[in-house]
Amino acid sequence: MESLLRLEKICKTFPGVVANDHVDLEILPGEIHALLGENGAGKTTLMNCVYGVYRPDSGTIYWKGRPVEIHQARDAIALGIGMVHQHFMLVPPLTVAENIILGLPSPREPLLDLKSASRQIRELAQSYGLPIEPDVPVWQLPVGVQQRVEILKALYRQAELLILDEPTAVLTPGEVEELFKVLRAFKEKGLSIIFISHKLEEVMTISDRITVMRAGKVVDTLPASRTNPRELARMMVGREVFLHIEKPPCTPGEVVLELENVRAQSDRDLPALKGISLQVRAGEIVGIAGVDGNGQTELAEVIAGLRRVTEGRIRVLGKDITNCMPKDIIDLGVAFVPPDRQHMGLLLDFTVSENLIGKSFDRPPFSRYGFLQRRFIENFCDGAIRSCDIRTPHAQVPVKLLSGGNQQKVVLARELSLQPKLLVASQPTRGLDVGATEYIRRQMVEARSAGTAILLISTELDEVLSLSDRIAVIYEGEIMGIMSAAEADLQEIGLLMAGSRAHVATGTPQTA
Amino acid sequence: MFSQLLEIFTSVAFYAAVIRLTAPLLLSAMGGLVAERSGIITFGMEGMMLMGAIGAAVGSYYTQSVLGGLVFAMLAGMFLAFLYGIMCVTVGANQVVSAVALNLGALGLSSTIFALVFSNKALGVVTEVVSVPSMRPVKIPLLGDIPILGDILFNQLPLVYIAFLAVPAVWFVLYRTTIGLKIRSVGEHPHAADTVGISVVRVRYLSVLFTGLMAGLAGALLSIGMLNTFQENMSAGRGFIAYTAIVFGKWEPFGILLGTLLFGLADAIQLRIQALNLPIPYQFWVAFPYIVTLLALVLFVGKATWPAASGQPFKRESK
Ligand SMILES: Nc1ncnc2c1ncn2[C@@H]1O[C@H](COP(=O)(O)OP(=O)(O)O)[C@@H](O)[C@H]1O
Ligand SMILES: [Mg+2]
Repeated sequence: MESLLRLEKICKTFPGVVANDHVDLEILPGEIHALLGENGAGKTTLMNCVYGVYRPDSGTIYWKGRPVEIHQARDAIALGIGMVHQHFMLVPPLTVAENIILGLPSPREPLLDLKSASRQIRELAQSYGLPIEPDVPVWQLPVGVQQRVEILKALYRQAELLILDEPTAVLTPGEVEELFKVLRAFKEKGLSIIFISHKLEEVMTISDRITVMRAGKVVDTLPASRTNPRELARMMVGREVFLHIEKPPCTPGEVVLELENVRAQSDRDLPALKGISLQVRAGEIVGIAGVDGNGQTELAEVIAGLRRVTEGRIRVLGKDITNCMPKDIIDLGVAFVPPDRQHMGLLLDFTVSENLIGKSFDRPPFSRYGFLQRRFIENFCDGAIRSCDIRTPHAQVPVKLLSGGNQQKVVLARELSLQPKLLVASQPTRGLDVGATEYIRRQMVEARSAGTAILLISTELDEVLSLSDRIAVIYEGEIMGIMSAAEADLQEIGLLMAGSRAHVATGTPQTA
Repeated sequence: MFSQLLEIFTSVAFYAAVIRLTAPLLLSAMGGLVAERSGIITFGMEGMMLMGAIGAAVGSYYTQSVLGGLVFAMLAGMFLAFLYGIMCVTVGANQVVSAVALNLGALGLSSTIFALVFSNKALGVVTEVVSVPSMRPVKIPLLGDIPILGDILFNQLPLVYIAFLAVPAVWFVLYRTTIGLKIRSVGEHPHAADTVGISVVRVRYLSVLFTGLMAGLAGALLSIGMLNTFQENMSAGRGFIAYTAIVFGKWEPFGILLGTLLFGLADAIQLRIQALNLPIPYQFWVAFPYIVTLLALVLFVGKATWPAASGQPFKRESK
């Protein structure tokens, strides 16, 4: 069978990184082809080259057997390539219809024709079983529906090849099922799909063939029927992986963090936390599971003192810290790993050393009488770099030059060096490679065993499941249920994440 | 004194002045709005207005026609806007800093041109006020005959009409045309616009040039509309007030109309009251419109809702 798309020796480098190194890839008509690889393997970059967002440094792209030049997204769209980016390319204040027709000529040029566009969008949505309301501004839609808008945007442009970059990262298990149904329907109609993921099970479920990438190179392409998750994991990481983390039994102590009916508003001034009550004890990890954007960011911020609490109380070791200054909260022994290390967690232009002492430089023994104690700081930083295995030439390197994993180690080393009573860790392993992920997780378990109370907020369900002693599921700013990790049931958690209070037993989930 | 004030506020001429003084702010703000919605901060309108003012005077002087003056004004405004576009769009420099530099440059450049064109060559200074052909009010048939309203609204300079008509026109373009949709998307999420094949660079250049054109016309309204000559720094902060009106109006055409009317009103009040010779230093009245501007921003605007990509240069391969 002639291929729909073929890539030959695609290379793309960024300053200091070879993102794609002589990549070959072939997509057949009507197949679902998975692109599997760890974060940073180069999957997104490769697809951005196909879609004209980036220009490859060298290599050739063939479309239906003919070599093509794709200079910009417009060229890719004209060929029949559609892409749903991992971070959606939707303009939030515009309506669904406006987003879908954006950039296309109007039948009544120069006037917009939103009425007929809405009608066509409805018809298209109907025919693919993707119901949508065309006149709603996109920012009001939940992420799952936004993704639907992105898919419709590609279909509206008559895509023959649909590229989906990590589409399941923002979905609940139930929504993933729905998406898979839709993808299979596309395949029936003859569309080809490139499905990017780093989740093995998903890839095994949905794809016909799988291409594994590692460090910018293609490791192999093979049919899903002739491989297994274990083999894929080895190809992806380059060695045997043991994602299981040894955890001594949990011996919870006194209550360290207590939230009582906490409410807060989001940046858009909509209710983000709607009466959260929660306790974390010394020596336990409480994991918050949930789909991104259900109040996780706000929850971490109210505890760290970065967002105003409108109602309710937060106590740390019995002391009321509601709406206290961040500094006072830090001084009580609260450490914070923010979800976005590049913006909130680190001063990127500052050195590793300066970042390591960023929260303690103003107190002895780091400084005395307002003067930094250089000798002490040097020793302290060298110790931290060694004990945390931070890969850096020395402590005086700007932290922005470190890889993501090592940056996160700096954050964690700083926070744990304060010997906190409470650690609030938000997305601690987002975007890290397996090695760094393993390391960070192990450090957290160690801190817990040493008696630190840990609140782990993560959208990676695997992470919450493998680290937590108790699991709370958050949905639209409410805790839907709390269970001990031992009795956690994946299906139940999935339903809670989608907003239905457990009706697993009766088998009639109610969507809120 | 009370009777004097009453006289001012009941006179038709006062309200006609409000409309006339609003017009340059409105012209400029409507131009600026388009660039703002495409993600460019239009702090440089002050300089563009000044260039328009000198352009109009020079053009009108050489061609001996108002139309020639207007063409020169638009070109002069767009010239500065083009430089601004290079800095903001192509180079990706800090937009506020670039704007400040260009505003200062325009101040020097306009005064220099004025001296070169109109000066007594031997002394190098302008010794007599040179007057150039200037605009005349046009009374609109029928509408102009309505009592009171006719004199306030429909017996004005042509550019004043254009200024007010620009409000619905800009609204229509932004919300009802494909180019408007492109402008809005580029200002909110340039990467998204790029991925559907819209040229962010082209949209932004065109938007900034439109700002230059409109601010240039606003400048012309000052030099060959309200006067018949140029004066050094004659924009006197009106470009900044126009910017403030955009913020006040929350980046919506009709909100901006309201903002410019408020500032036009404040300007008209200060002009009239100055003439009363009250025992208040005249400097206070000169500052009055700016104080109103400040108060308006503090009291009424609240949290600003600017275009999301405002002030951010666009680079395709940056994360
Ligand atoms: N715009 C960019 N500028 C610099 N480096 C980049 C850029 N995009 C990606 N990279 C780097 O290229 C590598 C591959 O990234 P990416 O393609 O996003 O991986 P994946 O999608 O497989 O997680 C990473 O090391 C990443 O840091
Ligand atoms: Mg990616």
